[in-house]
Amino acid sequence: MEVLDIARWQFGIITVYHFLFVPLTIGLTFLIAVMETVWIRTKKEEYLRLVKFFSKLFLINFALGLVTGIVQEFQFGMNWSDYSRFVGDVFGAPLAVEGLLAFFLESTFLGLWIFGWDKLPRALHAGCMWLVHLGTLASSWFILAANSWMQHPVGHTYNPETGRAEMVDFAAVMFNKVQLVTFPHVIMAAYMTAGAFMLGVGAWLYKSRRPQHRKDRDLHRLTIRIGAWACLLAGIGVAISGDFQGKVMTEVQPMKMAAAEGLYETTSTAPFSVLSIGKLDGSEATEIIQIHGLLSFLGTGDFNGTVEGINPLREKYIAEYGQDPGAAYFSAGDYTPVIPITYWSFRFMMGLGMATAFGAAVILFVTRRGRRVQPGRWVAWAGIAVPLFAIFANSFGWIFTEMGRQPWVVYGLMTTENAVSPGVSTTEAWISLITLTLLYAVLAVVEVGLLMKYIKKGPEAFHEPPDVKVGGNDDDKPLAFAY
Amino acid sequence: MELTTVWFSLIAILWIGYFVLEGFDFGVGMLLPFLARSEKERRVMYNTVGPVWDGNEVWLLVAGGATFAAFPEWYATLFSGFYLPLLLILVALIIRNLAFEYRGKKDDDAWRRRWDICLVIGSWLPAVLWGVAFANIVAGVPIDADKEFTGNLFTLLNPLGLLGGLTTAALFATHGAIFVALKTDGDIRHRARATATQLGLVAAVLAVAFMVWMQVKTGDVASAVAFAVAAVALLGGLAANRAGREGWAFVGTFMAIALAVGGLFLALFPDVMPSTTDTAFSLTTTNAAATAYTLKVMTWVAVVFTPIVLMYQAWTYWIFRKRITVAHIPEPTGLRPEDFVDAPATARED
Ligand code: HDD
Ligand code: HEM
Ligand code: HEM
Repeated sequence: MEVLDIARWQFGIITVYHFLFVPLTIGLTFLIAVMETVWIRTKKEEYLRLVKFFSKLFLINFALGLVTGIVQEFQFGMNWSDYSRFVGDVFGAPLAVEGLLAFFLESTFLGLWIFGWDKLPRALHAGCMWLVHLGTLASSWFILAANSWMQHPVGHTYNPETGRAEMVDFAAVMFNKVQLVTFPHVIMAAYMTAGAFMLGVGAWLYKSRRPQHRKDRDLHRLTIRIGAWACLLAGIGVAISGDFQGKVMTEVQPMKMAAAEGLYETTSTAPFSVLSIGKLDGSEATEIIQIHGLLSFLGTGDFNGTVEGINPLREKYIAEYGQDPGAAYFSAGDYTPVIPITYWSFRFMMGLGMATAFGAAVILFVTRRGRRVQPGRWVAWAGIAVPLFAIFANSFGWIFTEMGRQPWVVYGLMTTENAVSPGVSTTEAWISLITLTLLYAVLAVVEVGLLMKYIKKGPEAFHEPPDVKVGGNDDDKPLAFAY
Repeated sequence: MELTTVWFSLIAILWIGYFVLEGFDFGVGMLLPFLARSEKERRVMYNTVGPVWDGNEVWLLVAGGATFAAFPEWYATLFSGFYLPLLLILVALIIRNLAFEYRGKKDDDAWRRRWDICLVIGSWLPAVLWGVAFANIVAGVPIDADKEFTGNLFTLLNPLGLLGGLTTAALFATHGAIFVALKTDGDIRHRARATATQLGLVAAVLAVAFMVWMQVKTGDVASAVAFAVAAVALLGGLAANRAGREGWAFVGTFMAIALAVGGLFLALFPDVMPSTTDTAFSLTTTNAAATAYTLKVMTWVAVVFTPIVLMYQAWTYWIFRKRITVAHIPEPTGLRPEDFVDAPATARED
């Protein structure tokens, strides 16, 4: 393999891995902040118990999101130095601002929250978690603005003298129309994932036959219902925002929409195939289940709308960008993404996500008020499946988004092939890919092991935390939440 | 002042902030096996930096991001050129951060010992490697006409680079020892103070040698002043430490590290990465910079938000200002094996 391929594998693995933890962090900080606020308001013990329990799970998860994020930031310079030179003027700014506005906020107030149980007044303590959540939203905003710019470069000009893209309008980059539809979709997906996680944990504890869990069944039912509501409501938000995204995507990257269906010729009233068999690249597909006009609706908002096909689009791109790989500052021979990947990742995103939301709705129904639920085996299965489905729906969404943009790294401006570091040797790239992948694999085992153990242990009994004044320090008391 | 100069200074400040802050938490990690004699003392050490290490590390992320935005060419050449050392630093930071977060999660000696090893290795490696990297950045490395680094790992491991690595390691360890003395009480406090005195002498010798070498190689008047004051601050800090004035001792090592790093940046200016192949290929604040527009936008953001960040970070240090002793350490909160012995399941209701 060449450096390019190794670097792409590394980017894919490292980023998808980072994004296993990120949605949970975004969503759980929100749910924990809400629950802590409810506890302060209502003094209901169960909410504090949930805050303490889920904050432990959250911290185990957060740690990995954090360490994998550091790799992300270094990776652009290490493996994609020509990319960094070409886009730094535009792309670097959101990254730097993210650090200054978001990461400082997150890390500082999370430290205060963890160690501040007996040093901060209650409202201020809950406020810290709200600020952490705000930090995660800000972080998502800026990183997604950077990514949206790669999907749809705006607010810049190409300067032939310096050979790079240069920013002319920061506001345009921040409020890119792709960004405006991407941000809600990603955040809703994150809330949905965290809801599914709570649901899953609650379901697992609910069906557990250990005595310590049995006596807490009411608490677990509450956990399930909070999680399920979050999951269902956010799921609706995900579907609505996804629909908007589809329209914008069809407009700015028609090839991606065509690739999502494997639609080779321009078609009006284009159908959406839920399942198909045949050649992997869809060129000889036999649709098994097909929904008439749905693709047209997803792309244009009209069941009879026209969706451009891959073949005419490819001709168009070749006319526009040329065929010669050495030409100008962009190059590509073929402008078609890998169809099997885009086709299936799009379906898996929607399918797994909708299955998650459906699961949440069913759970809400069977646990409705006045009903005594007998926990059958299926509850345990739902507890495992629902969170995993949600997490993988996220991964597939990103794989679709990023692979559907290929061969471009910055749409219409620079190909991935030209983005890679010219000075890095194959050996170096291999060392990096292997080291990080192995390390990440080990960490995944450690994290899942810890999470499972803490889930099995379940929420602890209620302990009223002291109510203190700002900076109040009781000198001789043991520390709260000490390492 | 030109915006490129402003951003060069800001990036210098970010690196200074990173080294003076994470410097002491590296030091705490490096000295864990030498200062702590019991499990409770080890936990005292972890907790001295518990609430702040993550915030300290963000200085690095912002320095990296700011370099990317303000000097894309610098970011590209540096990060792709110093590939393997940076990979090592990444691995070190990963295992070290997880040591903080995961060590207390199980009440099990083998588990804790494993994470202690991660913390120690994860603190020593970057403490040395950052010194190697900065010595090389300032002294110059082979860079060709395409702004690509043409050396390899061994190019960086030259005598000056290695001296730089030893210097930062010794300085951070001393800084960390003084921090432990400042933040704890009891036996460990006395041990930390004594260790700081011994380590401080080593650090002083190394730092003076390194700064003189740097000064002779690339320094100018400004860097000479910074280096000289750094040396004075370090010696003052060590004297204060001997006199039992821990607060002043910490100010001393804090200023010494800040000024030494500041001196390196002064010696570097107006280059950002001089080329030893041909000075015409050197990256400078002008030929590596982003456009004036980007720098202007970023300046606004920095002017508005940096003071806010400094304020709330300072507030955190104030909230956690009290000394920690073994008496403050609660019983381990992590999971014990017996937490998982299944209690006999009661009969099913259904
Ligand atoms: C729980 C996760 C989840 C679920 C259930 C869905 N999505 Fe999604 N989707 C994502 C998680 C996600 C994501 C991982 O967050 C992505 C990747 C990039 C992005 O913007 O969001 C994404 C991308 C993404 C894109 C690509 C945007 C682009 O490349 O510009 C489209 C068109 C949709 N989604 C549309 C939908 C529709 C119509 C859905 C269901 C009705 C849907 N998504 C469910
Ligand atoms: C966290 C969510 C993200 C995931 C899961 C993700 C995943 C991926 C995947 C699967 C690829 C395709 C790899 C390939 O074509 O070989 C890719 C490419 C790329 N993405 Fe993303 N991405 C995410 C967000 C981002 C963001 C926010 C940025 C920029 C700030 C970004 C920058 C890139 C770059 C530079 C490439 C090109 C390199 C390559 O093709 O491998 N990605 N990403
Ligand atoms: C490929 C581009 C990305 C880069 C360079 C990147 C960078 C980082 C870094 C450096 C951290 C650690 C922050 C800390 O020390 O506190 C981090 C964590 C985080 N990232 Fe990413 N990230 C990327 C993709 C994404 C995406 C696409 C999102 C959201 C949509 C995201 C959201 C977060 C959040 C919420 C955190 C904080 C929570 C946690 O640490 O788990 N990141 N990221």
